[in-house]
Amino acid sequence: MKAAALVEVRNLRKHYPVRGGVFGRQRDTVRAVEDVSFLLHAGETLGLVGESGCGKSTLGRTMMRLEEPTSGDVLFEGRNLASASAAELFTLRRDVQMIFQDPYSSLNPRITIGEAVREPLDIHRLGSAADRRARVDELFEAVGLSPTVQERYPHEFSGGQRQRVGIARGLALRPRVIVADEPVSALDVSVQGQVLNLLVQLQRDLGLTYLFISHDLSVVEYLSDRVAVMYLGRIVEIGKRTSIFAAPAHPYTRALLESVPIADPRKRRDRVPLQGETPSAVHPPSGCAFHPRCPLAVAVCRGEVPALESVRTDGDDGHLTACHRHDEI
Amino acid sequence: MALLEVEDLCTVFHTEDGVVHAVDGVSFQVEAGKILGIVGESGCGKSVTAMSVMRLIPDPPGRIESGRVLWKGRDLLAVDADEMPQIRGREIAMIFQDPMTSLNPVFTIGKQLGEVLDRRFDLRGAAADERMVEVLGHVGIADAEQRLSQYPHELSGGMKQRIMIAMALMCRPDLLIADEPTTALDVTVQAQILHLMKQLQQEFGTAIVLITHDMGVVAETCDDVVVMYAGKVVESCGVFELFVAPRHPYTRGLLDSILRPGRSKATPVPTIEGVVPSLLQPPAGCRFADRCARAVAQCHQDEPLLATVSDKHLVACHLPLEVPPS
Repeated sequence: MKAAALVEVRNLRKHYPVRGGVFGRQRDTVRAVEDVSFLLHAGETLGLVGESGCGKSTLGRTMMRLEEPTSGDVLFEGRNLASASAAELFTLRRDVQMIFQDPYSSLNPRITIGEAVREPLDIHRLGSAADRRARVDELFEAVGLSPTVQERYPHEFSGGQRQRVGIARGLALRPRVIVADEPVSALDVSVQGQVLNLLVQLQRDLGLTYLFISHDLSVVEYLSDRVAVMYLGRIVEIGKRTSIFAAPAHPYTRALLESVPIADPRKRRDRVPLQGETPSAVHPPSGCAFHPRCPLAVAVCRGEVPALESVRTDGDDGHLTACHRHDEI
Repeated sequence: MALLEVEDLCTVFHTEDGVVHAVDGVSFQVEAGKILGIVGESGCGKSVTAMSVMRLIPDPPGRIESGRVLWKGRDLLAVDADEMPQIRGREIAMIFQDPMTSLNPVFTIGKQLGEVLDRRFDLRGAAADERMVEVLGHVGIADAEQRLSQYPHELSGGMKQRIMIAMALMCRPDLLIADEPTTALDVTVQAQILHLMKQLQQEFGTAIVLITHDMGVVAETCDDVVVMYAGKVVESCGVFELFVAPRHPYTRGLLDSILRPGRSKATPVPTIEGVVPSLLQPPAGCRFADRCARAVAQCHQDEPLLATVSDKHLVACHLPLEVPPS
């Protein structure tokens, strides 16, 4: 697959200053996103997975320019979101939209859900008042809500219904790329399935491209075509969903997959879990940031940051990993 | 005899909109040394059940209306309120999803653990320190002496949950009630905490009630399972039986909606259509009937009672599913 990329992220960094003392001087730096590059192809879902603090949400927000990037580029069809002026950004946002985790806090409790969905159309002054009303009706139907409930307020709805409202709002401007940050994480399992089915159906009907950010490996496996695994601000492995889940190449990806409980008591394993916890992004370990927890770490892992390299030697299928020892394991 | 026997427990909450029947006639047993999972989706009453057993329901607005909680044969709902703190902690300990709700942010970990030893065991000074280091060792905290001088905010979520388990175990309780203990944790840390809980069960014979919404956690950790829906127990049995031969349509629906390895978006996720009924005015008959593909007229009229369908397997359904051929 060598289709042209719809979005290209190049060497993206997001550092936050840590201030302290009486004069609030900068004391340190949190390297939340560190030199991240990847492509997002038209019509695909790229799953971005990792544990809390790995930088996956910051990456999504920085791509959207909800956070100012420290350096790097985010190219959408050649236009750079990372350096766009306010006016350019306003136009670019029509094509690239975001859906958030918490349908409780991302909707204003004081405006009706109909107004919430119409708001992006008002801000961008799209169509006449009648056009906007028709578009809102259409959006409600697209996400499986009755247009007759538009006059109600967010608190009158369940979590799953509110997430449908959030999706309708995200779709209002007919974007081509959706960055979805943990959109099903707050939902119960039976409702989660309904929202996942909706996301798949919308992708098919509208030809959407998703960057799907989640900590939940089973949701990422279900929805993604390709998967990127993050650890402490960097992508440590990226590739086709089937390669990542069937033949993970990075020791961290393996540990992550082994940690997921299997819903079948006949497959109980007596495993020794991965030890330790994710270290701080203020003082990340030298070399490969995973080396203090890695059972395979050797001297070079402590000294040098591994680059993303092709896993296969018999031809490039886009499966890359950042591990000094990947060809030995 | 079971260690803990809950019989026909009913707990309600008085709200502006009316009386919410959060737990409505719940019965189950915990065997000594076993791990019992209570599983269900938000609002099914699993946490309220645990809080009722511990008599930690705030009254008002809550109220335990009826039922019995037999702890080693004694009804905890009938004992004097001032006797409960003796039982809580010493005999039955509880840990929560968010360890910060139980740790005091202004005292060091050592001070908080020390207080428990002082109050309950008259243990102070070097003897107390020695015991604390030993207990922290049991929960996998190696640099115990350093941890004892730290404040809760200096520790990660996984470390705080280990401290909570250590504190719960200091009194060697016979039963540990863990309410979503790993829900706020990362998946690699969750694996560590579940591993630790199983180790403690095996080493000390502590019985555990594990409350969770995660069927994966149940499958990997529990011996027996109780499935709750809308304030009621709908099914209870051994963990293998639950996953291999569930008899209640709701349990079947929950199991089907799990995203198992290898599934892709090429096939839709099976879901349970509809929503959980309001517990302000629960429907007559079976509470799952409106969402159940098998429901017949009787299901909308008569409430199904929890009844034995095979050895130690109870189901509340008029038309339980057939046992699949093995």
